[in-house]
Amino acid sequence: MPSETGPWSPGDRFPLTRRSVVIAARDADPEVRRQAWEALAASYWKPIYKVLRSRWRLEREAAEDLTQEFFASALAKGTFERYDPAKARFRTYLRTCLDGFAANERKAARRLKRGGGQEPLSLDFEGAEEELRRHGAGEGLDVEEYFHREWVRSLFGLAVEDLRQWAERTGKRVCFQLFESYDLEGPDAPERPSYAGLAAEHGLPVTQVTNHLSAARRELRRLVLERLRELTASEEEFRSEARLVLGVDPG
Amino acid sequence: MNGLSDAALRHLQEVADLPDLSGTPYEIVEAIGRGGMGTVYRALDRKLDREIALKVVQAPGGSGEDVERLLREARVLARLEHPGIVPVHDAGLLPDGRAYYAMKRVRGRRLDEYAATVSLPERLRAFERICEAVAFAHAHGIIHRDLKPENVMVGPFGEVLVMDWGVAKVTGLPPLSPGEDGRRSEGTAHGTILGTPGYMAPEQERGEVERIDERTDVWALGALLAFLLAGAAVPKPLEAIRRRAMAAKPEARYPKVEELAADLARYLAGLPVGAYREGLLERAGRFARRHRMPILLVLAYLIMRFLLILWFGR
Repeated sequence: MPSETGPWSPGDRFPLTRRSVVIAARDADPEVRRQAWEALAASYWKPIYKVLRSRWRLEREAAEDLTQEFFASALAKGTFERYDPAKARFRTYLRTCLDGFAANERKAARRLKRGGGQEPLSLDFEGAEEELRRHGAGEGLDVEEYFHREWVRSLFGLAVEDLRQWAERTGKRVCFQLFESYDLEGPDAPERPSYAGLAAEHGLPVTQVTNHLSAARRELRRLVLERLRELTASEEEFRSEARLVLGVDPG
Repeated sequence: MNGLSDAALRHLQEVADLPDLSGTPYEIVEAIGRGGMGTVYRALDRKLDREIALKVVQAPGGSGEDVERLLREARVLARLEHPGIVPVHDAGLLPDGRAYYAMKRVRGRRLDEYAATVSLPERLRAFERICEAVAFAHAHGIIHRDLKPENVMVGPFGEVLVMDWGVAKVTGLPPLSPGEDGRRSEGTAHGTILGTPGYMAPEQERGEVERIDERTDVWALGALLAFLLAGAAVPKPLEAIRRRAMAAKPEARYPKVEELAADLARYLAGLPVGAYREGLLERAGRFARRHRMPILLVLAYLIMRFLLILWFGR
């Protein structure tokens, strides 16, 4: 236990060192801007694709094209650079831009390649389609709620992948396996695995199973917050998004 | 991986929000309440094999202000050993950087839920006990500043616990910790508004921190009394007590919670209250109510006597 009776040090929190890519998207250096753009695309392409498929009712190929074109256009026209953190969350801004972009495209009814010969992003559209089939298209949710939910799914998906890599890097494979069995597969299993069952399966004491799960969750939390730190432009936005994403009423 | 299912996503959001209790003797059972500053969990103290309540700062990577406020609350509670104030067992920082404190697990209902199910005299008795707890805190230099029905719990035997001391102001005593000067111990700067609308005295609503004293809590107690009287036919002396407690100017209120409680006790005992000047008829009525039995006996005696005189005078 770090401190039972003090002295307390309120500032002694886990480090959140990643730079905001939303801010970096406005950097003077074009290479920094490009890296920021890639990071934003990696986090947002799935919710954008799913909104285009389910809310704009585009065919698969058209939605794939428009997703690529949206990001290419954003890089060419400096869409991310124009974001003003004082006016809205980045997530809200992005969705509004997407709406405008999709409406213009529909009006023009054309599919011209944009962005000055921009190389298309390598995106797993097949995986996104599979998710649409498995999780539905957010029936009963408005576009804002659906976009938020899919963004949270994408965020946690990326953080889980980060966690897997962290476990590989640090030799904590058992830790990740337990996390995978209990926290990733467990909620959908007909019978949720028990701590005792996992302990027997891995030849560990039950206390070690719970310790591994605590460590994986703590790391996941840190990774989610790191990603959020990247995707927000201010401390206020970060805290507000963190509370929303972690299911806590911002009050 | 092929995307997280809805159930897995919900589960991850939940477990990622759970405080990391590794290295502590505590184990979370469930979340039982959420406020602006922290989440309260029902938890098990494995070392002592008992249920406790854990209050943990809510915001992930929370601001230093939230952390400091929670720990201040723990220190305030540690100073106040009273049956009407929840005892704190332990406090500190968790491995994930969140501040927490462990306290007695309170069983009971919030005052607003309790008030809806009991008679007016029972509500007034609960109010007296709230006054006792607040008066005790005042005697230790602590002003609650956020008294409201949601911050009072009533146990199964009518015992009362005043909760949520997170915005309390500490006055006239040594600072809560060696590094804490007088200004910081107040916890707020001029212009900062802490409290709940409807339960904030006018000076508190205006953010006049330096004018906040015991009478600020007296006003909030008046508002609590008004809440407890809602829907009942309120006798004039009781209404006068409420009005004096909620006077706009602090100097027109009861200067001490003890005086408010004493006036209420006088009302409950059928005695004249300081906040209300009664007329002759009202005084006679109150006298008759208070001494109903002896008056009935004397009346019975006089009637008997009168009947006997009539009988023998024939």
